[in-house]
Amino acid sequence: MSDSIISGAEHGPQSFWTRYVWSQDHKVIAIQYSITAIFVGLIALVLSLLMRMQLGFPGSLEFMDAAAYYQAMTMHGMIMVIYLLTALFLGGFGNYLIPLMIGARDMVFPYLNMLSYWTYLLAVIVLLSSFFVPGGPTGAGWTLYPPQAILPGTPGTDWGIVLMLVSLVIFIVATTMGGLNYVTTILQARTKGMTLMRMPLTVWGIFIATIMALLAFPALFVSGVMMLCDKLLHTSFFMPSIVSMGESLGYQGGSPVLFQHLFWFFGHPEVYIVALPAFGIVSDLLSVHARKNIFGFRMMVWALVSIGVLSFVVWAHHMYVSGMNPYFGFFFAITTLVIAAPTAIKVYNWVLTLWRGDIHLRVPMLFAIGFISTFVIGGLTGLFLGNVIVDIPLSDTYFVVAHFHMVMGVSPIMVIFAAIYHWYPKVTGRMLHDGLGKIHFWVTFLGTYAIYFPMHYLGILGMPRRYFAYPNYEFIPASAQDLNAFITVAALVVGAFQLLFIFNLIYSYWRGQPAPSNPWGATSLEWQTPQTPPAHGNWGEQLPQVYRWAYDYSLPGVEQDFVPQTTEQPISDQAREGHK
Amino acid sequence: MALAIALILLVIASVLFQIYSPWWFTPVASNWGNIDDTFIITGLVTGIFFIGINLFIAYAIIRFRHKPGHKADYQPENKKLEWTLIGLTSVGIIAMLAPGLLVYSEFVSVPEDAETFEVVGQQWQWSFRFPGDDGQLGSSDARLISPDNPLGVNPDDPRGQDDRLVLSNELHLAIDQPVKALMRSKDVLHNFYVPQFRVKMDMVPGQVSYIWFTPIRTGRFEILCAELCGLGHYNMRGHVSVESAKQYQAWLTALPTFAQLQQRNQQQTQTLSDATPETLISAGAQLAQAQGCLGCHSIDGNKGVGPSWLNLYGSQETLIDGQQIRVDADYLIESILNPAEQLVRGYSPSMPPYRFNSAQLQALVAYMQSLSTLKPPLSTSPPEALEPTTSDSAHTKIDKGATYE
Repeated sequence: MSDSIISGAEHGPQSFWTRYVWSQDHKVIAIQYSITAIFVGLIALVLSLLMRMQLGFPGSLEFMDAAAYYQAMTMHGMIMVIYLLTALFLGGFGNYLIPLMIGARDMVFPYLNMLSYWTYLLAVIVLLSSFFVPGGPTGAGWTLYPPQAILPGTPGTDWGIVLMLVSLVIFIVATTMGGLNYVTTILQARTKGMTLMRMPLTVWGIFIATIMALLAFPALFVSGVMMLCDKLLHTSFFMPSIVSMGESLGYQGGSPVLFQHLFWFFGHPEVYIVALPAFGIVSDLLSVHARKNIFGFRMMVWALVSIGVLSFVVWAHHMYVSGMNPYFGFFFAITTLVIAAPTAIKVYNWVLTLWRGDIHLRVPMLFAIGFISTFVIGGLTGLFLGNVIVDIPLSDTYFVVAHFHMVMGVSPIMVIFAAIYHWYPKVTGRMLHDGLGKIHFWVTFLGTYAIYFPMHYLGILGMPRRYFAYPNYEFIPASAQDLNAFITVAALVVGAFQLLFIFNLIYSYWRGQPAPSNPWGATSLEWQTPQTPPAHGNWGEQLPQVYRWAYDYSLPGVEQDFVPQTTEQPISDQAREGHK
Repeated sequence: MALAIALILLVIASVLFQIYSPWWFTPVASNWGNIDDTFIITGLVTGIFFIGINLFIAYAIIRFRHKPGHKADYQPENKKLEWTLIGLTSVGIIAMLAPGLLVYSEFVSVPEDAETFEVVGQQWQWSFRFPGDDGQLGSSDARLISPDNPLGVNPDDPRGQDDRLVLSNELHLAIDQPVKALMRSKDVLHNFYVPQFRVKMDMVPGQVSYIWFTPIRTGRFEILCAELCGLGHYNMRGHVSVESAKQYQAWLTALPTFAQLQQRNQQQTQTLSDATPETLISAGAQLAQAQGCLGCHSIDGNKGVGPSWLNLYGSQETLIDGQQIRVDADYLIESILNPAEQLVRGYSPSMPPYRFNSAQLQALVAYMQSLSTLKPPLSTSPPEALEPTTSDSAHTKIDKGATYE
């Protein structure tokens, strides 16, 4: 349908500004999103290393007092979850891959797409500006729980919290513009023959995640606006009668727990908004590099859909010790452990895809397999925390920190790395340096294990999280401090080696080996473009036509070990079925 | 190939770490040892999956890594295998969930014979309240909180008159006696957390939450806050002593009742002007607890959000602008009224200005003075010593009883 809008590279914008800055091309917008997200991600990475210095070697950084620590902690969490992961998966990978993988020339609303990026950039600027205002950024923790978030006793309660909430509201506007675009494009702009069941799992993952984002972010939006009202207009949505620092405040009748319900009604789906695109991408990468179809494709699609639906009824497992009615615990423990079933299916199908494959251990594949391993840890420890009674001693300890970093920090980042190594040749026309990539993988994979595996045990011991220091606590043995120092060293090494990756991205852009149009021998449409990198409009004169699913690898009776989706013959059983 | 070896080594290292880790649960001190059991069950089930999946990947890599001329199988799906795996997973889930929910149903059912007490949190310290002989706690309301009524107990509620108040971070409990802890907060979220008791719960302003437990081991355990509550969160500590019923009763009956405290407060306000040093110090100590001073300023030398009061009076301090000062009454009063004015180096300007009348200020300074050995103790330097040496110091301008802004 977008045929009539734009056709062919020669009709694309010609000036530098319209081509690279105020661009409406989904590929340029994707790169803008990605670079911005990686940039803020690096800031958040530095913040985490500063925190680790304090934890591993207390007092080693002179400027690191309790206020600075809590500010670094808050900004690290919020940037990583929202401004890096969400923005990169949806705005970055979603933007680049959706039109190319479904055979469209662009998003259906290119102008809205451009607005989405610039709105996102505004959100980032507002967020980062809080580093430069009196009092600094908020130190309320990324969950921003009231009343603490807006009361004295927490850093950044004058300016920081206001800028944070305003930035989030702007971000949600950007996500909504982008999200409507992705969903509409997937539903309306698929090329001929691209049925829903022939879409690659990458698109499925992004599709479901986007729908979830459209449904979940409004909860954060309203809670942000309500908290702004409590802060600036002195309403009492979340504020009961309070005596703060000896002074009675004028609030009365609000409920702090209400905020937590709203926050986690957004916050839990948010985990899957990040995870589902990662699930989709990793499924495709495993299939490509194992030269084998993804095992149980239809089950994989239904697993994505059911995870998406179930993730809206598990939110209060973040609130087992919040003071809500404890009887809710029964319901949320059951729903939470039920969601383990579709998640487990995905893991089984990934490893069964490897079985009897022809595994090429190239850098994207190393990261993809590394992801399965880290995700298994993060997923399994989630079963401890989801099972309400087991959660009670562990909640608010380092067990939780280790769990969520493994499951929604390390694991999605492993997929992001895998995906960048995988698609960089298509995006730039050059290969990333292989040796640097391998070093990057080994340090990241083993390093994150070294950081987070032992960290669980600090939580079992009972060490509470969000502590600036642990002065003279008797129940914590001195050896725990040694372990913390070890974790810090590991974190510093892993952090430093990310610079190698950044260097690789820049170096290879100029000096990398020229990439063929389909270096991995992949079947999906983005590798079948007439030019590499794809030109404006993606497909030249003629839109591609799809004849089969995206997983015809090692098809019996065919010489070549992959059959692109655009190839008509021979027709596999699976291709026929997908067409029904 | 290296990846397969790495995965195998990671599995071995993880198992060894689990076996030899010196970091494990603290020895349990409550009836909730069965929570540890549910943890172990979950650990076993998930451990099997962790080892199985990683080793399967390693084996697949070794066996099916790319070799020239080799081609992968073509197998879109295998319904039987998929459903078998779903069945297996469901068994694992039920094995974890069923015992978990059984123990949780105990967690939500408070035994009949549990005795009630109350935990009150504020930034960054604890208080406690026990019912009197009537066995019932009086009602309370955050709007009733004042320096004279730090827990906001309803003075018109007869049930509350005999309530016994613990205006310090020291809690005592009797061994083998089930207790139900009612929990509330004056300001922000807190969480009553004793690692050895296993159970914990948030304390939420505007509502009352609860947990129950039975202490089964005597000893003195640390109380921590487990819900981020601001700058002093990491240092919001207390202690709970579990002791014999007899010792506990002796401790409990020595506590002042709400009615007694109210009466004492009234007397003190009337007589503070010509109080003895001892009553001044005890009034200061009570004020420091009630107003939350001790949440940031320890009295044992531990560095908190603010400087410790131990040996603070009379000490030399370096201000944030490099100026050297000697901590005297003037400086202390100025720092209570305008904390950001003369900040000691190494601390953040996070203390809000407090409003006290001059009698209260005198009491606070007397208390701080009593905590210091750097100056002659208060008994040899009467309250007159607090009179200003320079005419422009803050508190000379205001008459006794007036309120500082």
